[in-house]
Amino acid sequence: MQPNQNVMGTSTVMEPTPEEIRDRKLYSELGLTPAEFEQVEKHLGRLPNWTELGIYSVMWSEHCSYKNSKPLLKRLPVDGPRVLQGPGEGAGVIDIGDGQAVVFKIESHNHPTAVEPFQGAATGVGGIIRDVFSMGARPVALLNSLRFGPLESPRVRYLLEQAVAGIAHYGNVVGIPTVGGEVEFDATYEGNPLVNAMCVGIINHEDIQQGVAKGVDNPVIYVGASTGRDGIHGAIFASEELSEASEEKRPSVQAGDPFMEKLLLEACLELVQKGILLGIQDMGAAGLTCSSAEMTAKGGVGLDLYLDDVPQREEGMSPYEIMLSESQERMLLVVEEGREAEVKEVLDKWELPSAVVGRVTEGDRYRIFHQRECVADIPVKTLVDDAPINYRQGEEPLSFREETAASYMEELTGVDPTEALQRVLAAPSLASKRWVYQQYDSMVRTSTAVRPGSDAAVIVLDGLDKGLAMSVDGNSRYVKLDPHVGGATAVAEAARNVVCAGARPLAITDCLNFGNPEKPDVFWQLENAIDGMGEACRQLGTPVVGGNVSLYNETKGSAIHPTPVVGMVGLVESRDHITTQSFQQEGDVLLLLGANFGELGGSELQQQVLGMISGRPPQLDLAAEKALQSAVLHLIQAGNVSSAHDLSTGGLAVAIAESAFAKGLGARIDVETDLTVIPYLFGESQSRVLLSVPKEFAKEAMAMVEKQGVTCSRIGEVSGEQLSIWINGVEVVSEQVSSLQTIWEEAIPCAMNASLTN
Amino acid sequence: MYKATITVRLKTSVLDPQGSAVKGSLHSLGFAAVTDVRIGKTMEVWISAPGSTEAGEKVEEMCQKLLANPVIETYDYELEGA
Amino acid sequence: MRFAVPVFPGSNCDIDCEKAITTVLGEPVDFVWHTQRDLDQYDAIIVPGGFSYGDYLRAGALARFSPVMEGVVKAASEGKLVLGICNGFQILQEAGLLPGAMRVNDHLKFRCDIQPLTVVNNSLAFTQDYRRDEGIQLPIAHGEGNFYCDEVTLKELEQNGQIVFRYVGSNPNGSVEDIAGVSNREGNVLGLMPHPERAIVEWMGSQDGAKMFTSMLRYWEEKIGAA
Repeated sequence: MQPNQNVMGTSTVMEPTPEEIRDRKLYSELGLTPAEFEQVEKHLGRLPNWTELGIYSVMWSEHCSYKNSKPLLKRLPVDGPRVLQGPGEGAGVIDIGDGQAVVFKIESHNHPTAVEPFQGAATGVGGIIRDVFSMGARPVALLNSLRFGPLESPRVRYLLEQAVAGIAHYGNVVGIPTVGGEVEFDATYEGNPLVNAMCVGIINHEDIQQGVAKGVDNPVIYVGASTGRDGIHGAIFASEELSEASEEKRPSVQAGDPFMEKLLLEACLELVQKGILLGIQDMGAAGLTCSSAEMTAKGGVGLDLYLDDVPQREEGMSPYEIMLSESQERMLLVVEEGREAEVKEVLDKWELPSAVVGRVTEGDRYRIFHQRECVADIPVKTLVDDAPINYRQGEEPLSFREETAASYMEELTGVDPTEALQRVLAAPSLASKRWVYQQYDSMVRTSTAVRPGSDAAVIVLDGLDKGLAMSVDGNSRYVKLDPHVGGATAVAEAARNVVCAGARPLAITDCLNFGNPEKPDVFWQLENAIDGMGEACRQLGTPVVGGNVSLYNETKGSAIHPTPVVGMVGLVESRDHITTQSFQQEGDVLLLLGANFGELGGSELQQQVLGMISGRPPQLDLAAEKALQSAVLHLIQAGNVSSAHDLSTGGLAVAIAESAFAKGLGARIDVETDLTVIPYLFGESQSRVLLSVPKEFAKEAMAMVEKQGVTCSRIGEVSGEQLSIWINGVEVVSEQVSSLQTIWEEAIPCAMNASLTN
Repeated sequence: MYKATITVRLKTSVLDPQGSAVKGSLHSLGFAAVTDVRIGKTMEVWISAPGSTEAGEKVEEMCQKLLANPVIETYDYELEGA
Repeated sequence: MRFAVPVFPGSNCDIDCEKAITTVLGEPVDFVWHTQRDLDQYDAIIVPGGFSYGDYLRAGALARFSPVMEGVVKAASEGKLVLGICNGFQILQEAGLLPGAMRVNDHLKFRCDIQPLTVVNNSLAFTQDYRRDEGIQLPIAHGEGNFYCDEVTLKELEQNGQIVFRYVGSNPNGSVEDIAGVSNREGNVLGLMPHPERAIVEWMGSQDGAKMFTSMLRYWEEKIGAA
């Protein structure tokens, strides 16, 4: 069928003709290159009209097609004995026994947040929740990973305040607890903040759904919010660098309605329980286009869509606008012919607008009808499977070699240890995030056993003894200094976090936030970070079951720190194993597991004292990491660990302080070391964990750890209300826990209060 | 057809936390002359009625019943033929 | 003792209430969809938290007109126990079953925490298992919990013993006189912003909410026994 070449619909906007598109190179405005336009022409055997061009442009954008990252993503391990669903569906699925599975995914909403932080961040949460319940799972927890510029900037404070409020609003209204996350601050994020949202759900194996269209003549049902002109070209927006013109793209940012989401969630899960659905997919990025095209391609069928039947909230929308709208809280369902009424009954109960908007057809044509005209007719595989792939070449930047020669040790080792501790605790990246997380309802659903503020959050499963530990992690400074090591460290640290909570790491979801991949040095970062992550995932037995790539995170030509964020889920076999980072009782012995190399490259102390990072990040020995994690988990499961805390940013000194804060219990540390004080206390060597164990168990614990080939030293005990650190016979830190805690707790509220005047 | 533009505000006796915050921000932006800020809501309601009296009565009733909470809020409205 | 938990579009603590009743009391509990008017078969009603109708217009304002609220009003007038938690409290206020109204928190942010409280009145059906002035900890999670009533009403509430819970330490939302929970004059309808259903077993961080449920059961058993 030849679609009408000049469909205007009732839209007031004049659309260009196919010839105009070609002659005036209008495709470049939609982000397509001349070569890609030629490909479109070849696929269609004619010139595309404006609607078709719009459909190709969003389907071939980085956001939907991963055209720049696909060859690299193939290097990540995606299989494992527990994997029920790897990348490619709404979210990954991992078996957790008892016929149940955990469903999870992380996704970015960086660009929308930069422009409209409240709605941008809120709709990021909405999107990831839909990804999880479109798998048929009940969402049970949310986490997020945030990056902002320095809080001295009023604009940054505004962005943080609004983004956090948006995340809080959405999750709180839908009634899914936000149980954990991380926030870091660095100048490279000033114009391009990062908002990565992760959702975790639970499902029974037999309920797992797919985003697929099948069965010729079966109806395609649209359900949820009606379609408006909001968010048109969001997918392309996410695939471009931010510029001053981005501010003008505000209409591209969608508004969220978490109330609608809650209704949609309950209705979809009710349909899943009734076993009515053949296919279900969220209308997320690129809206109706992406969801319907992907479902059709996956099903190996064709599709006819009737746009006049799509619920619309604005008048005179053109096919182009309806197809590309990114209005939120919408789902596409495919059901067996004849069961429409059953579906409608459920949707009506939840007071949701719905309509049959299409039919599955034989063949491979993806056809769109509007006002009785065919306005698009495309071989559907060309949208999905034949999307162009860019094989790029990375190039190691000169600076990478030069970094090895960076000298900073002398300047750092001269700092007074107490002052260093105070400065590091007051650094916003490390300071208490209570200001942030107390805006999130972390307890709704009454399953949260470890709330925000510990290494990993834990939720328990109703009616079972087990639980799930979850954490998000990524240290962009390490990745900046060495993408390979940094990428691997992100995985290792996330795994260490869930181990410290008493869980066995299961799998990860990743969000790769990088700059413009067309720049060889950025592509090199991406390539190396992915290789590092892949290596760590293989070693630690945690496959990647899904995620998201966010490229073009740049402002005015300058890229963010490369920021791969890892979301890790682990299985807590028994509630008795749940462990937190906080000291539990006086007299417990402190054990430090793992070796300290006093590494300060890329450390928080280096950033605080020198105002920059340099050198190499801490090295990572994955075999040592694996042994450490297994030793820690073994000890926890044996039932004699009072607290466990991963050593990360800020090193040993910060780990001790953080463990002391929750209950106001102090510690006396007394060690002999070959290292000098500052590298000993603030070095960020990896693969280390601080444990507190009851005195009577200390010897046995040390023996158990050493038997597994892990270095273990007794460094002191939990005592009093003072943090007292003796190194080689000299007391180098002697501070009240409460005074350190005040510094740590007030840093962010104080910085944020600068924006309030009353 | 009439269009009622309804304004709902917190009673003057009730502290308005949002108004106080906005006042503070305006002061910090240099609008020192601002002495008070009250934040309310505006609603536009289209209503078919035989005459403005009937329309007004309906609007009055819906304000009392639903649109304003008499414990903390007051309301007023303007009616225009639409 | 048979409990009803009305479910409105946007309720999200309904399941938590059911879990709490089942766990603490082992008594039967039904979810009742907001379109059902008749609640005659129930001995107690727990109006759950959440964001009924998205909290659009005002928290609780739209839910208050649901058919199920007719049943709630009737149950309250018959002296049955009606407990409103968080959004449930706001709905009962909007329905006129409880005094006062909620403003947005004075710091303008949503606040989730485990909050110290004191039991001001332990003579109610809901609080008899607590000690008078007992210090307890209950989770809070709300953006509009800033309780307001005028001076005259406040005096009445104090005189009638209708102030049931107060916040201790720093007031998390700016409520008048640190009020966290109030009852109706008769004492059979209680509303509170904190969540007792989120504090029933040890791993939740507090178990202080359990006694509210045991109090209700004991009251009902004694009433049945007396009849």
